[in-house]
Amino acid sequence: MANEGAEKPGSGGNGSPPPNGDGRPSSEPFAPQTMKMAGSYEGETMTRRALFSGGAMAAGGIAGAAIILPAIGFALGPVFEQKEATWKDVGAPGDFRADGYLPRTITLTENVGDAGLTTVYLRRGNPVAFPRERRDEFIAISTRCAHAGCPVRWVNAARRFVCPCHGGVYDFEGKVVGGPPVRPLDRFVTRVRNGQVQVGPRYSVNSQLERFSPRDPGEPLDGLWQYLYPKRVSTPDFN
Amino acid sequence: MARRPKTRPKLPLPGNNRDAWKDPAQEGNGQVSMREQVKEQTIEAGTGIVGWVDERTGASGFLRGFLFRKVPKGTNWFYTLGSATMFAFLSQAVTGVFLAMYYTPSPTHAYDSVQHITNDVFLGELVRGMHRWGATVMIVLIFLHMGRTFFFGAYKYPRELNWVVGVVLLILTMAMGLTGYLLPFDNRSFWATVVAVNITGTGPILGPYLADFLRAGSEFGGDTLTRFYAIHMLVIPGLIAALIGVHIYLVTKLGTTAPPWLKAELKEPLERERV
Repeated sequence: MANEGAEKPGSGGNGSPPPNGDGRPSSEPFAPQTMKMAGSYEGETMTRRALFSGGAMAAGGIAGAAIILPAIGFALGPVFEQKEATWKDVGAPGDFRADGYLPRTITLTENVGDAGLTTVYLRRGNPVAFPRERRDEFIAISTRCAHAGCPVRWVNAARRFVCPCHGGVYDFEGKVVGGPPVRPLDRFVTRVRNGQVQVGPRYSVNSQLERFSPRDPGEPLDGLWQYLYPKRVSTPDFN
Repeated sequence: MARRPKTRPKLPLPGNNRDAWKDPAQEGNGQVSMREQVKEQTIEAGTGIVGWVDERTGASGFLRGFLFRKVPKGTNWFYTLGSATMFAFLSQAVTGVFLAMYYTPSPTHAYDSVQHITNDVFLGELVRGMHRWGATVMIVLIFLHMGRTFFFGAYKYPRELNWVVGVVLLILTMAMGLTGYLLPFDNRSFWATVVAVNITGTGPILGPYLADFLRAGSEFGGDTLTRFYAIHMLVIPGLIAALIGVHIYLVTKLGTTAPPWLKAELKEPLERERV
């Protein structure tokens, strides 16, 4: 206080310019921000500490991603893989009638025992009752209910497919006539090879019986719904 | 009537009387009984080990704060539901680990291995029963615990984050129920899983892909079972254990709430002032 005129360097007293990071008085009233960083030299825009901690975090992130990303890809792989279509013999063309269904059990998935089996209902095309069908084609109806995926069965006396779980009912063509299902029963592609009717990949139909790539049960296909439940990569293209 | 001795006995201090400086137990026959000796040494060894560990970890301070923390007035049996849920989880974890010793997650062998556990393995029926019924117990307890938290208003500030963690734990517990249901691989398991995966698929846009992820493909197959098994015994238990840790840390940090029927105790002058 006594010697106000002669200020010592580094005292930072009243009236002196604001000190920089080192506590020395700066010649300029507004020292650049970089001067205030601890451990930095003049003109540096990044401290050693920032560089090394950033580098360590980047290296750790790369190492972590190198483990996590392949693991996620490994788990997600089946979502983007499409299995090759298989064709199963279900009987001679003469076995099937146009006015009723016959059940046939086919292996949908190999090597998983009974869990891979599914029942398919088969009949000959009936152009008299349904003009869109042809006499020489075969209709294969999937037993997977379009509500939740329970197995439906053909009740010949009622001429209906009936689901045991929640009361879904379908008519002769597989169209919904009652209960909660959101679309007709799925179908399988059929062909005749070497005197045998063969059942191929499954496809879904909307209420007009137009073909779509196979959807899971509970997914409607009319109008905008077909875009809300898009075709999956793991299923073949049908339209 | 025992008479008080006229002279006080000499204090057993070194230098005063060296012979008096001995254990009272030695007074009778002049030697410590074997039982006393063993007891003494056991206690000494026990405290020695505990002290050795504590000196190097500082665990006693943490444990004292964790186990002997203050709880509000009115704390009652409803406050034990969270611990009960956690012990149900621990029971599931222990029995699950041992069930994994005999279980085969293969579509062709899973059912037979579960039958083997139930019918052939010593105490297999008991351990499987504990796991099977314990699952239901855990679901019941976690819902009761959530109800307690809700009706006591224990989710309010500053405990919202703990509520969120609890909700994630509830979802994970139900995912455990879903994935575990498939593992016996009988008809009920299979069709319940088919339906559950199809319900997953009914979510718009992403649902079909999520169903493909759960099924490991467009159709139910062998990879579905192994996938459910891995999620059931590795992925979700790890997440649940970690989140229980977070949950309990937050409970310890924030403390529990008093039941809502307990009014805050107000001083008399304050009551008058409010009027």
